[in-house]
Amino acid sequence: MQKTKGYLDMELLRFTTAGSVDDGKSTLIGRLLYDSKAIFEDQMDQLQKTSEQRGEEGINLALLTDGLRSEREQGITIDVAYRYFATPKRKFIIADTPGHIQYTRNMVTGASTANLAILLIDARHGVIEQTKRHAFIASLLQIPHIAVCINKMDLIDFKKEKFEEIRSDFKKFSSRLEIKDVNFIPISALNGDNVVERSKNMSWYEGPTLMHLLENIHIGSDHNHVDCRFPIQYVVRPQSKKYPDYRGYSGRIEGGVFKKGDEITILPSGFSSKIKSIDTFNGPISEAFSPMSVCMTIEDDFDISRGDMFVRENNQPDSKQDIDLMVCWMNTKKMIIKGKYTIRHTTQTARCIIKDVKYKIDINTLHRKEDDKSIGLNDIGRISIRTTKPLFVDSYRRNRNTGSIIIVDEASNETVGAGMII
Amino acid sequence: MSSYNLTHLKELESEAIFILREVAAQFEKPVMLFSGGKDSIVMFHLARKAFHPGKIPFPLMHVDTGHNFPETIKFRDDLIKETGETLIVKYVQESIDRGTAIEETGPNPSRNGLQTITLLEGLEEGKYDCAMGGARRDEEKARAKERFFSHRDEFGQWDPKNQRPELWNLFNGRKKIGEHFRVFPISNWTEMDVWQYILHENISLPSLYFSHKRKVVNRDGVLLAKCEYITLNKNEKWEEMDIRCRTIGDMTCTGVCMSEANSLEKIIEEVASTRITERGGRADDKRSEAAMEDRKKEGYF
Repeated sequence: MQKTKGYLDMELLRFTTAGSVDDGKSTLIGRLLYDSKAIFEDQMDQLQKTSEQRGEEGINLALLTDGLRSEREQGITIDVAYRYFATPKRKFIIADTPGHIQYTRNMVTGASTANLAILLIDARHGVIEQTKRHAFIASLLQIPHIAVCINKMDLIDFKKEKFEEIRSDFKKFSSRLEIKDVNFIPISALNGDNVVERSKNMSWYEGPTLMHLLENIHIGSDHNHVDCRFPIQYVVRPQSKKYPDYRGYSGRIEGGVFKKGDEITILPSGFSSKIKSIDTFNGPISEAFSPMSVCMTIEDDFDISRGDMFVRENNQPDSKQDIDLMVCWMNTKKMIIKGKYTIRHTTQTARCIIKDVKYKIDINTLHRKEDDKSIGLNDIGRISIRTTKPLFVDSYRRNRNTGSIIIVDEASNETVGAGMII
Repeated sequence: MSSYNLTHLKELESEAIFILREVAAQFEKPVMLFSGGKDSIVMFHLARKAFHPGKIPFPLMHVDTGHNFPETIKFRDDLIKETGETLIVKYVQESIDRGTAIEETGPNPSRNGLQTITLLEGLEEGKYDCAMGGARRDEEKARAKERFFSHRDEFGQWDPKNQRPELWNLFNGRKKIGEHFRVFPISNWTEMDVWQYILHENISLPSLYFSHKRKVVNRDGVLLAKCEYITLNKNEKWEEMDIRCRTIGDMTCTGVCMSEANSLEKIIEEVASTRITERGGRADDKRSEAAMEDRKKEGYF
């Protein structure tokens, strides 16, 4: 199997799968896990035992992902479950989310960190409302790659015409969305056609299998390596004998590439300085890029703290207090217009007031409802907020890290909203 | 641009370091739980990296059941001496003496469950508002739905159906007085990732992880190491075998496996070809299908 050395060169791909039980999502995940040997014998034994106890025929792979007792009892997935598998080329993290309309918030959560989304379409039913909803969320969350798997091809006799019809329906619909890279794959998750092994039943299909796509799709450009953004997370001050005056600014690079000697501008002060060193536990390095966690020192002695940001003088984020965003609401308590909330953006914490709801989106038809300003659980809408202090923001489209915020209810402390800056 | 790519281990490392720094920034008095097992050793290594060249800005806490492998305790004490970091030890025995915990009886009494009581007492006593642990989502299915930042109420309980959504890299550590958080920096690591990282970073481990000869008893398919806390049942006997530990916990419930892997490379080969999960050897998980979920709800790690 994996050679020691090979494994050390592997990349990480995070993907999300949205869908309901009926479209074969669990079977597909089960197949990916099983064919990559990520399901172990004792898990299989337990699955078999539980399936038998419940009087089910064969092994129910959905039981593998339904981790909580209440989920197993009700036979539904109610939360995002994370699954892991690896092939000699890549390590994969699956955010497995339920696809029902009432679980939009889970889909959004799973999509927020994904490089790729698998959208499952039942070949017998074609593009349905649920497909549109999933595609819309994938586009809203700017998932860089989409794999549309047209499943259950075995039930339509592996017909090329039907596959092409669904593909063209999807394209027609998705032309209204911002989807960058779409791949269409005809599969049968149950029998394994075009999942890991190439199908013998669809010789007309010349594209990659799903596994081939997952292993080879180019993810090197998924991170922004253009706009330099380094939000200060924590100031390292050892005050030790060996490092009496060391003052390091630690954090994760959320965009661009920083090099030793680079001129930087510090926000919000606007002061300029130069990067003196980029330090790690294993010694100094000459450059660092997104998403590396590093610690930098600079030439000058300024007062810099958590929430400040290192950028380039000629490439700065917007510094503003009036912000427009698309919001997905995640709590049963509705959003209160004129209400005050705490928000988190990069390493900043601020408060905000919800000034206005511009419109709500009907996630099935994608229509903008301008007269409906009520944003409740699982609703998506466009809002404007005013913050207590300036945030250093990019549009979400340009940078997912500096373009996203979460909204926190100040009474319950719960995360109630996810915002994408326009 | 293609040179600006991280390997999966570097990306996981960067994510864990980000979480550790976020804990130091968001909480007033965090503590890192340390069991002496490989996952907590890796987490400790990551914490040293996160705050280098400074010291780790929080102490470690070990909940000692008194039933540890002696090798674990020696390793723990040597590590602390070598790195100069701070360790707090809380003893399950003290909870038993106070009467807040009651010792199990029978042929296989385990103090594993009692750890939760001592842990919660330790957190309350030290007024810690965040406890970091080395749990991973691939270990057990109830853990697959755990957040990085996991909220606990004033009783230390986990409410799996009412977890806060966690998006992007934005972590919400807000809480009421008396509540605390559990944070899991290596949530996204698998057993294989941990071993590969240990090899890559040349991290030293207790000798228990490598193949050695030891007397064991086979109890219901789980191999338990000989110690004074285990009484043999009828028809059971101690047998000497070449074994190693895949996980390290309380001696009464940590199953060991037959293995001749005596180097990291050989262990990695073994992990790659094994068909049993790591916790497949844990007697504490075999008590029922939702054993882990139930213990976690009460405040277990």
